[in-house]
Amino acid sequence: MTAPSPVELDEPLGDLLTNPTTPWVTIVWNDPVNLMSYVSFVFQKHFGYSKKKSEKLMMEVHNDGKSAVSAGSREEMERDVQAMHEYGLWATLEKQE
Amino acid sequence: MTGFSRHRRSGVVFATFSGFEAELLRSLAAQLVELLRDENAAEVEIDPFEALLDFSGPTTAPEDPVLARLLPTAYHDDDEAAADFRRFTEKSLRTSKAEGASTIIETLEEAGLPEDPVEDGLMIDVEMGPPVAMTWLRSFTDIRLALATRLGVEDGDEEYWAGLPDEDPMAQAHDIYDWVGYLQETLVGALGG
Repeated sequence: MTAPSPVELDEPLGDLLTNPTTPWVTIVWNDPVNLMSYVSFVFQKHFGYSKKKSEKLMMEVHNDGKSAVSAGSREEMERDVQAMHEYGLWATLEKQE
Repeated sequence: MTGFSRHRRSGVVFATFSGFEAELLRSLAAQLVELLRDENAAEVEIDPFEALLDFSGPTTAPEDPVLARLLPTAYHDDDEAAADFRRFTEKSLRTSKAEGASTIIETLEEAGLPEDPVEDGLMIDVEMGPPVAMTWLRSFTDIRLALATRLGVEDGDEEYWAGLPDEDPMAQAHDIYDWVGYLQETLVGALGG
């Protein structure tokens, strides 16, 4: 038998239910082939990001060799990675550091 | 050659190719279809127990470097997760890429590109709505990735390619790679990117 007892929460419960594990991220890697305009266009199309945000992410890929372009559940990131592969971008997913 | 433009009111994207250019695009697209479909057949699972379970997608990256680039590994440090991801996604990725390249061929042939060698002076006007244009755009990427992987294109190597003699087949292939890049750049622009 069990009875409810009051508990004190350090963090709101909502976060625990909707985001129970470490979030995952989709990483897009630089390659010598894809056009800068195309990469930025793909970010706008697939993620619905503004042109400004897409160009910023594209420049991160270009200058730093990679960029985390989206975050969420593992399943969501697998869908994003698959979409990036359909667009010909080199993408992986990993647990957020 | 002016690449792609968009009709402002209708949103239709259009371009004019010489018969030679149209035939070259068709040939590149056809090679991509062949590459994606061929290895597919060669990579069918042979483990009978696996076959029984009917999760028959491949679990390891293709050996051909072009296919390995077109169908990348989704996890860097987790071979098991990478194998699972590939098992469930590679077939559909291959299919969508092959269908994309086939769309290029269909569009060109519907626009009047004959099956037989093209006569002089033939011009091919292609017109497409945004969804087909997006398919062309993605497939241009696949064609460029395939060419670049075969050629060994790297960042900042423009001088090397420019310095090759014109008659070098590698230089000619690189010119084609550059040309498809130009087409893609104009297509991104036409689509509003």
